[in-house]
Amino acid sequence: MFASEVLVAQNIGFAILATIMVIGALRVVTTSNVVHAALWLVVVLAGAAAQYILLAAEFVAITQVLVYIGAVMVLFLFGTMLTRARIGAESDLNNKNWFFGIPVALALFVAMAIALDSGFGSQKMPADAAVATTQEISDQIFGPYLLPFWALSFVLLAAVVGAIVLARRD
Amino acid sequence: MFVNQFLILAAVLFCIGVYGVIARKNAVLVLMSIELILNSVNINLLAFSMRNGSLDGHTFALYIIAIAAAEVGVGLAMVLLMYRNRRSIDLDELSEMKG
Repeated sequence: MFASEVLVAQNIGFAILATIMVIGALRVVTTSNVVHAALWLVVVLAGAAAQYILLAAEFVAITQVLVYIGAVMVLFLFGTMLTRARIGAESDLNNKNWFFGIPVALALFVAMAIALDSGFGSQKMPADAAVATTQEISDQIFGPYLLPFWALSFVLLAAVVGAIVLARRD
Repeated sequence: MFVNQFLILAAVLFCIGVYGVIARKNAVLVLMSIELILNSVNINLLAFSMRNGSLDGHTFALYIIAIAAAEVGVGLAMVLLMYRNRRSIDLDELSEMKG
């Protein structure tokens, strides 16, 4: 009885979040103002963080807030600021052939929806899923996934050095 | 909760991101669409992680977040360089390598 009520509440939360995220994502790709697109992207990323909490992944959700909403969005706003004299609505943000994107995206979605429906039909999430603790995740990262972690460290180092080399004035 | 509700949401976000990459001309907006695509993949990974009761998906999601941060850093540095050289960040003007 109580478990089913919790599941109903989770479903309502999921529906609200999913609606907000889809509207935000559509605004990101249709708005005519780069700064508004960045702010709508914040809405989508925050909704994704909330979905991660719904999926019992609190550490990933907090990392999403810190890295994406904190750092990546500041980078985007700086990029907008440094490459644009004015901040406001613009008319030429789309390609001439932008409408080809609509059939491509729709066809892709239909293909994926059919595949997902036939693959996972009415499978349910386990009702007793435990929240992943930070300790378990660190045991994963510094245990079996240590080598990818090292590789990732080098990727980040290369990205930092590369970004400085590219953006520096000679 | 169904498994499919998360997967369909991720598919919708992925398709919106693909539309953005195809339709947008502004380089910063293309990078934002790529962020949408990477986020939809993260939702998929965490959904499968919960379904299978394993933590591998969490690890991969964290790695994807780190890769995305590095990608945005380098991407915006390239956009800045492009703006400095051409006074424009429209991707369809970059046609020097066209045969």
